[in-house]
Amino acid sequence: MAASRKNVDEIRNRVILGEFGVRNVHSTDFPGNYPGHDDTWNMWKFQKNFRIDMMHLDESTMEFDMVGIDAAIANAFRRILLAEVPTMAIEKVFIYNNTSIVQDEVLAHRLGLIPIKADPRLFEYRNTEAEGSEIDTIQLQLKIKCSRNPKASKESSDPRELYLNHMVYSRDITWVPIGNQADVFADSVIRPVHDDILIAQLRPGHELDIVMHCVKGIGKDHAKFSPVATASYRLLPEITLLEPVEGEKAERLKRCFSPGVIALQDVNGTKAAKVVNSRMDTCSREVIRHDDLKNLVKLGRVRDHFIFTVESTGILAPDVLFTEAVKVLMSKCQRFLSELDATEME
Amino acid sequence: MAAESEKKQVLEMIQADGADEGCVTFVLHDEDHTLGNSLRYMIMKNVEVDFCGYTITHPSESKINFRIQTRGGVAATEPLRRGLNELTDVCQHVLNTFQVRRNYFPTVNHNSSTSGVVAAVMSKKVDSDSMIFLTIKLLSVHGPEL
Repeated sequence: MAASRKNVDEIRNRVILGEFGVRNVHSTDFPGNYPGHDDTWNMWKFQKNFRIDMMHLDESTMEFDMVGIDAAIANAFRRILLAEVPTMAIEKVFIYNNTSIVQDEVLAHRLGLIPIKADPRLFEYRNTEAEGSEIDTIQLQLKIKCSRNPKASKESSDPRELYLNHMVYSRDITWVPIGNQADVFADSVIRPVHDDILIAQLRPGHELDIVMHCVKGIGKDHAKFSPVATASYRLLPEITLLEPVEGEKAERLKRCFSPGVIALQDVNGTKAAKVVNSRMDTCSREVIRHDDLKNLVKLGRVRDHFIFTVESTGILAPDVLFTEAVKVLMSKCQRFLSELDATEME
Repeated sequence: MAAESEKKQVLEMIQADGADEGCVTFVLHDEDHTLGNSLRYMIMKNVEVDFCGYTITHPSESKINFRIQTRGGVAATEPLRRGLNELTDVCQHVLNTFQVRRNYFPTVNHNSSTSGVVAAVMSKKVDSDSMIFLTIKLLSVHGPEL
């Protein structure tokens, strides 16, 4: 009985990376599936087991461990980060003049993808029919003309010296405040996140005269609204040595994994392999190609240990993005709860 | 977008003719795997529920069919309501845990190696409550626990 108990725990808590496939992929911790396990939802138990460890945090990237939660919910956070946390992006482009070689529609598309540093929480969604106003629209302008550089030397063939304004960068976009926006956003001027995004190249006489409207939107509607460069998670790898591995085999075992995963220890003059940091592993499963090694190790992943990586586009800090994502899931629940209440009243 | 969805239907309940109210298909409009799968997980954790599952009707339709069948004559709206409430509670706990962890994480300053916690205090807008929390944490260990 003890052996099968251990087996059940493995099925419940680990995803196994086998030679011919990945086993125990799905969550099975539901009431009635395992005798002797109480799998009904228990908030107290969840709060006891759940933890978050911040591993890395700077202005643009974040890595943290989320332990003790099911993949269904962790994946909901990831999906919301990609597609449902709102940002401001250029949606309407009014082209008054474009004599560059970039076609109007291509130029409009390029402009749309530029991340705009503006806090979307301070804006409303714009009504499709209504004219934009200060609460739902940011107005930007791009007005630039290329000309010959009168100071350029005769022999020069370098366009940087010959022409003025021949490269149009995102820094050339200027903000035109509507209504009271100049006062409201006085300490956080609205501008593109990056100054050095090349928009178009011009030659003397070419001219751009463009007005743009930014609106609030979500990544589900268009990828330009997505607030993250990427948001992903992986499960914590677990490598178990089933019996001692020594000598030449240990050396070979070490090379089967990513650097830093296996260390060699000196035991009575021979080198013995030891797993020191399985987190570093990429789970390449190289070890399975070695017939004499593959039965000495067990490869798995911890089912409820998620290593989250969030890389922001720079509009909002990655930690803010995650809190916003959790709030979005909560508001989804609230939307249906209030709808349930409404139908019951009828 | 947001303005349109106010006119649109949010939730429908579909019951087969003569079926009891324990077997219901809910149609959740404007939802996908994000809410569908996480809510299914929460509802399947309920002992009163015999079956719970969802499908996305068609890739070009933004709605899901969410089926609940219960045991012992419980109305299907009850596990749905409970699932939504529990999912909200889970989110609240995740949010609280995350914010506590973030507030005392040493923010890395790129051009100097000042003490992490001090940098965190300087660079983050921290409200007074978490500031007290921060100072307490200063006395104990700071940084991620493994």
